[in-house]
Amino acid sequence: MESMGSHREIVDASLAIIPLCPLVGAMVAYIVGQKQKDLAGWIATAASTLAFLFVVKNFFALGTNQVLLDKSFVWLSVGNFSIDFAFQFDHLTAVMCLVVTGIGSLIHLYSVGYMAHDESRPRFFAYLNLFLFSMLLLVLGANLLVLFVGWEGVGLCSYLLIGFWHKNIAFAGAGRKAFVVNRIGDAAFLLAMFLIIMNYGSLDFMALSRVMPGETSEGLATLISVLLFIGATGKSAQIPLFVWLPDAMAGPTPVSALIHAATMVTAGVYLMARLNFLFEMAPLAMLVVCMVAGLTALVAATIALVQNDIKKVLAYSTVSQLGFMFLAAGAGAYWVAIFHLVTHAFFKACLFLGSGSVIHACHHEQDMRHMGGLQRVMPFTAATYWISTLAIAGIFPFAGYFSKHHILSALEHAGAHNPQLFPWGVPLSYIATFAAILTAFYVTRSAAMTFLGSYRGHAHPHESPWQMVVPLVVLAGLALVGGVFLEGALSLQHYLGHAIPVGDVHHGESMASFSFLLNALLHSWPGFLGVGLALFLYTQAKEIPGKIARAFGPFTQVLANKYYVDELYGAIIVRPLEGMARFLWKGADQAVIDGSVNGTAAVVEISGELIRTTSTGQLRHYGFFMFVGTLFIIFFYMAL
Amino acid sequence: MENTSYFLGIFPLLTTMVFLPLVGAILLYLIPGFSGQDEHTRSRVTWFTLGVSGLTFIVSIACLNRFDPSVVTAQLVERTPWIERFGVQYYLGVDGISILLVLLTTFLMPIIVLASHSVKTNLRGYLFHMLVLECAMLGTLLAFDAFLFYVFWEFMLFPMYFIIGIWGGKRRIYATLKFVLYTVVGSLLMLVGLFYVVWAYAAQNGGEITFSLYELSRSVDLSLSEQIWLFAGFALAFGIKVPLFPFHTWLPDAHVEAPTGGSVVLAGVLLKMGLYGYIRYAYPLFPQGAAYFAPVLATLAVIGIVYGALVAWAQEDIKKLVAYSSVSHLGYCVLGFVAFNALSTTGSLYQMLNHGISTGALFLLVGVLYDRRHTREISEYGGLASKVPVFAFLFLVFTLSSIALPLTNGFIGEFLILAGSFQEFPVLTAFAVTGVVLGAVYMLTLYMKTMFGELNEEKNGSLTDVTPREIVTFAPLFVLVFVMGIYPQPFLRLMEPTVHQYIEDVSRKMVKVGSPIEEPADGTSYAQKSGGNAARAQLAFESFNVERVKPVANSPLNFEENL
Amino acid sequence: MSTSSYLTISIILFSIGTIGFVVRRNAIVVFMCVELMLNAVNLAFVAFARHHGSLEGEAAVFFVMVVAAAEAAVGLAIIIAVFRNHRSIETSDADHLRL
Repeated sequence: MESMGSHREIVDASLAIIPLCPLVGAMVAYIVGQKQKDLAGWIATAASTLAFLFVVKNFFALGTNQVLLDKSFVWLSVGNFSIDFAFQFDHLTAVMCLVVTGIGSLIHLYSVGYMAHDESRPRFFAYLNLFLFSMLLLVLGANLLVLFVGWEGVGLCSYLLIGFWHKNIAFAGAGRKAFVVNRIGDAAFLLAMFLIIMNYGSLDFMALSRVMPGETSEGLATLISVLLFIGATGKSAQIPLFVWLPDAMAGPTPVSALIHAATMVTAGVYLMARLNFLFEMAPLAMLVVCMVAGLTALVAATIALVQNDIKKVLAYSTVSQLGFMFLAAGAGAYWVAIFHLVTHAFFKACLFLGSGSVIHACHHEQDMRHMGGLQRVMPFTAATYWISTLAIAGIFPFAGYFSKHHILSALEHAGAHNPQLFPWGVPLSYIATFAAILTAFYVTRSAAMTFLGSYRGHAHPHESPWQMVVPLVVLAGLALVGGVFLEGALSLQHYLGHAIPVGDVHHGESMASFSFLLNALLHSWPGFLGVGLALFLYTQAKEIPGKIARAFGPFTQVLANKYYVDELYGAIIVRPLEGMARFLWKGADQAVIDGSVNGTAAVVEISGELIRTTSTGQLRHYGFFMFVGTLFIIFFYMAL
Repeated sequence: MENTSYFLGIFPLLTTMVFLPLVGAILLYLIPGFSGQDEHTRSRVTWFTLGVSGLTFIVSIACLNRFDPSVVTAQLVERTPWIERFGVQYYLGVDGISILLVLLTTFLMPIIVLASHSVKTNLRGYLFHMLVLECAMLGTLLAFDAFLFYVFWEFMLFPMYFIIGIWGGKRRIYATLKFVLYTVVGSLLMLVGLFYVVWAYAAQNGGEITFSLYELSRSVDLSLSEQIWLFAGFALAFGIKVPLFPFHTWLPDAHVEAPTGGSVVLAGVLLKMGLYGYIRYAYPLFPQGAAYFAPVLATLAVIGIVYGALVAWAQEDIKKLVAYSSVSHLGYCVLGFVAFNALSTTGSLYQMLNHGISTGALFLLVGVLYDRRHTREISEYGGLASKVPVFAFLFLVFTLSSIALPLTNGFIGEFLILAGSFQEFPVLTAFAVTGVVLGAVYMLTLYMKTMFGELNEEKNGSLTDVTPREIVTFAPLFVLVFVMGIYPQPFLRLMEPTVHQYIEDVSRKMVKVGSPIEEPADGTSYAQKSGGNAARAQLAFESFNVERVKPVANSPLNFEENL
Repeated sequence: MSTSSYLTISIILFSIGTIGFVVRRNAIVVFMCVELMLNAVNLAFVAFARHHGSLEGEAAVFFVMVVAAAEAAVGLAIIIAVFRNHRSIETSDADHLRL
């Protein structure tokens, strides 16, 4: 695999302005918001849009085989180790930045409507802008350390936004859980960075892409890759560190859409694409990635089948879809992973915003059993939700079809690319297909329970304000045509080929041909199957789901309780650690260490007490001791 | 102009800086207007002390101004014989290792004075002791004569003894006794060791006696077993002060009982003295002993990191939690220093500053709560974020600094330390990294329990947010958190040349001086054969040079050359 | 008379003094016992001085006598002071400085 960095032209550019927009926006929004609460949202939206415009400008400035670079300033320099606070903008960054700022701006706009009545909305918008700042650092960073700044920064913003309604201690706890679980991944990330520093003395992407391929043993590459992947499992909610994401739904719904669906959680996928040269050298690590991703995709999809909270369904769906992305990345098809990342950002953001619109309309009711029939009162929301449902189901010509189709074919051919994957590629593609059917099923189920049938709640639902509807419509439009656009007009594969390895670019048949259309529709069968089954079960044969659930009673129970993973972690990690902490404090610290310290003092005191009894205050006793002592000394010397 | 610069050239800046606080302290008792207890006098006393400590800070800035980072030995030296018979000198100087700690000390003191309004009884006495303490701390940092160092070292104890013992909490007597006894036991061992070194020097140099650090470390020749014993004595003395696990139990008690200002100065400066002692005395004097004990110290440091974090998690008292977090943070510092390469040692020095700032600020914040509610039980609080938002924001920022979030100061230190020590102790460092996770656990748990949730109106309904005076107290710390996190280069540049030279000097002696094994003709093969930390330090040092020669592309700056 | 006879008497006197010091409680008697011991030592000094034919021992005796005189002056003053406070010169009553 030839390294991509070596023959690219480096162009100086001022990229720092992109992340600075939302940073300044966050401060201004908060300060102005103290006086004018309504202004805060608009300021934040403007800052985000401004960043988007700068990204677009650079997108057009970026030529073929170019990298834009902004060295900013020397951040850390000790001995011969030096790191700049540098930003780089290549084709991969361009795609990521467009997604982050584009969807980010839409969600800002949506939030203006969604948070219109919240008392602390200046704080909300400040956090949201701060998140964009961190996320932009993450994707723009020219070295691992700047990336890590963004990596931890988005974790912080996620923490702050999940616990945004902090009066509810459970929400605050969910934020803490997210941060801590992410930190576990970050610790592995740190270790990977240390290994890289130790062996290469640099963290710079371009330098590494030149140096690493020649000088790295497979064992070292595998170790670093696995550590980085552990980092990615934390941020991108893969097994075993996925437990925080469902709880993260405690945050306001726009947050779920932006952070926990479209952008932050995909950071791990971006990391793998960025460090493709490293992962390429570690076929075994790729196998690990594929295994974990396949398992995650399947497990999360099964849990999503039985959730009744609309946001929980989408949360597990996100975990599962992230599994799909990692499957692609693990199979070596990084561009496919990015492709799915982008389409997923479209339809999942749309789904989340749609669910937010519904929740908004139903006065913060999230249980789908108390919804239904909303199609009539919320036509825009319903239509956009349905479009996104078809997109995530992978039905042609919606966006999801293209990326999912590429993932499946990448898996089928993975064996040729990576010998470690040879026996696993095809089984993994079957698993992915099965997970895709489940995906189509559970999302359609959520749409059907929410929008079809008759209303089962007690609120008076209404369509949301225009600030919320416009982003929905835009995102639904992207979910509808984004795939065609990225596959055809832009040719994402070709475009990303300037930055990362993409394999052979097919300039095959035109999409307009009849055989292509037929083929595409045939390949949409998992989507049709899942959607059809769900529609049948939740509109025609409504009693059947209950029967199935009862028939598989214990299994349903396990699914409803999310495989008891939280309970398991609690029992084998959290509580033992808590117990140990208490034991170390009471047992080791207070009893043993302090005990021995105080014990020493006590020994001194007791011996003092004993000796004190000889001080009677009687002159005769003292005289007697003196006499005996003198005698003793005399005898001692005579004995010598 | 000529005259002024000449005057500045001979002006004893360091002596002025050290003794200005002492003079101020004495004046506190000499000026008649300061004797009352009424509000008016209190504010006069505070302003006076603030002026003295502020002036000291200005003098230290003047030192910084005349400090040349490229000079790797002591600068602004003031040196005259003191007790000539015993070769004791009054020998002050400042170098790249101490300059930032000196600045930290003079910087924290005005903040502590500002925060002292919560001291209700005998404010004058309290400030007196604070100023005396500042004098002692600066003296300790600046002394280049071992005897002078010891005098200042012990001198630090007394004001602290009174600060905890008089203005402390309920169990103050227990805490202060424990603190003093612990420290004295250690320092007596150090004194004995010091005399042994001086005696050995005299025996080797025809009866000439000196306590000068440079002289001693340059020419005293000690066998390996002597070095091991002496280093053990010094290590214990300094380890207690750091505090290194398992000698840390005085710290939580001292912190909990100390008044706010006492805690800040204890965490901010006094704890650093232990590690400073390692850097300044134990390592240069006994390099081989240091190499022998380095794995032990590193292990204890890592145990301290994890243990401190776990125990902090279990605490029910905010101040105790922060105190145990100090044990954990100082563990990082020690680990970074004993790993002994440019990266980790610089990181360790940097982390000492960070800890002074963020933990100092956390203690100040606890003090703010304590002033209002007179309790430090975590369970007494909850939901404060909605009642006192500015306070909650400050608390958040310093919490994040404490858990080393990137772009705050803590991250730079922790990253440098861990990245550097990973090269020497990969396995130990891997364990130390769990501290990164546990740090987030205990700090965020504290934050959640105190700031988030439903506000208990009955208990905390009458809490007031931070006053302008308190904001002024926190503002410099707040600014530094971000400045040191985003643009650390100016700070690193001050210490880097000295640290580099220091490591080079000491690691050379780790292998060569008084080696018990015959050194083979080929130095490298010796280093490989003998193993151990000394050899590894030497190897690391060599690879350091090799890397410098080999043009590994490591920064975007030299892309073009490597295309 | 031989030196040993003097020394025998000296030992006897010293022993009487010691036993008296330990056994008796009346401060005056205790005091007299101390004087007895001092004089026993004086006797030994003189005896040895004669035995060795030197004058050092006799010089030492003068020192002891001076000290004994000074001691008598201070000691008796203390006893009087104690008596004024306690109305007693029993040594067993004067134990106020005991820990």
